Amino acid sequence: MDEVAVEYIRRTVLKIPRDEIMAVLQKWGFLSEAQLQTINFRQTKESISHSVAQLCEESSAGIKQAALLDIIYNHIYPNKRVWSVYHMNKTGKASFFSFSTQVTINFREYEDNAIWIRIAWGTPYTKPNQYKTSYVVYHSQTPYVFISASTLRSNLPLLCQAMVVASNYHNIREMELRSHCLNSLKDIVFKRYSQNFQTNYPLQERNVLTENEDLRINDENRSEKERIHRLNQECFGDGPQPKLDFAQYKLETMFKSDPKWDVLEKKEPFRCLVKFSSPHLLESLKSLAPAGLADAPLSPLLTCIPQKARNYFKIREKSSLHPGSFVSP
Amino acid sequence: SATILLVGAEGGPQQQLAEAMLCEKKDFNINIHLASSLPLPPERDHLRPRIDLIAFVIDIKSKYSLKSVQASLAYVDVRFFLGKVCFLVTGVGRVNNCSVEMNAIWKLGEDYCSPVIFCELELEGIRVATAQRLLRMLQICAGRVPGVSALYFSLL
Repeated sequence: MDEVAVEYIRRTVLKIPRDEIMAVLQKWGFLSEAQLQTINFRQTKESISHSVAQLCEESSAGIKQAALLDIIYNHIYPNKRVWSVYHMNKTGKASFFSFSTQVTINFREYEDNAIWIRIAWGTPYTKPNQYKTSYVVYHSQTPYVFISASTLRSNLPLLCQAMVVASNYHNIREMELRSHCLNSLKDIVFKRYSQNFQTNYPLQERNVLTENEDLRINDENRSEKERIHRLNQECFGDGPQPKLDFAQYKLETMFKSDPKWDVLEKKEPFRCLVKFSSPHLLESLKSLAPAGLADAPLSPLLTCIPQKARNYFKIREKSSLHPGSFVSP
Repeated sequence: SATILLVGAEGGPQQQLAEAMLCEKKDFNINIHLASSLPLPPERDHLRPRIDLIAFVIDIKSKYSLKSVQASLAYVDVRFFLGKVCFLVTGVGRVNNCSVEMNAIWKLGEDYCSPVIFCELELEGIRVATAQRLLRMLQICAGRVPGVSALYFSLL
């Protein structure tokens, strides 16, 4: 009887909202329908988890089944983790280094060509710790990999190496794109969101407003509102935006002030970090101009986020004839 | 007919207030113009009738709405301040979210010799009552009430 596995299963069940535990367990398929019927789902979650653990003990659940439940949990609730996007290519020479450590690896393939890989990390001297896991989501037809590394970032190079070897590429590079919402990250890199477009429809079409519009109420700023709406459409498109949590801009630009103030003696770049956070960053950027809080059009530094597939930016001085700043690739 | 101009930052209760005013029974035609700030766009000058009353809407939860109104006041012809301007201050029901100092509001009313009306426009009852008051003021400002002139408002 594997106590570690059973306890791990119990803790995984505790993470699931009570009303959804039955559905998740059915998807897991390890406990039979008859066994599931014996669980009283009206108790507290703590008691439910103990009932499930008891049944798993009786059915001799092992690490493999526990890992599978964990994969299913993370597939249903991927937004509890932070995902980074990696891009693989075949340029350059493939290089290897050898490294040995103990791991538990489990795979599961899903309908949309996505392979979910769960890795529990140990060290060369200890068994894998099931609570220290990384997840990799790989779509086999694409060069993109989504990794949620959680605690042990030191294992990241090893993980990347393994991905490169397994998928027959040469190099892997971390893209500057990170978010809680895995599906939105996929939407961005697979270009599945509604992109900006130039509207060719004449403005007349916009004049057909709501049926209840009273002609005695005149909006003085109507043409301005329509201009903002049109610009927003061009920048963001019509459909829902991918869900990002933040955008971070690292500035390494010179401080531009009146020369006679001479704030800094040494002419060094002024280092500054600006971070925009939001439950849904792109939708909030889209509503800034219509809400009157920003001028339209918005800065391209903000609107280029989905097209450039990044939410980390470094802004440096342009070091040649044209003063100003540019965004580094 | 009479025309009222409601000036207030975007996303405010102006639209609902305008609709409430239109629902009231009255014996004269009214036009309501909404603007988020002044000056008004010049391309619509030829479409605009003479304005009888300007009501500035300030949301006490938003410093931005106060700043926007203060900036707009600079574009109002001085003759309007003889009783044809008033300030509507909304959002007063949520004491915890107040961003604007009361002193700033009182000073505004004093500096511009115009009445300050506190109204929680998010509540329908108060919105209807405010609409009725505005209609009455509009009637007087448009000169439709014999013997009563808009100058009385600057004494409030």
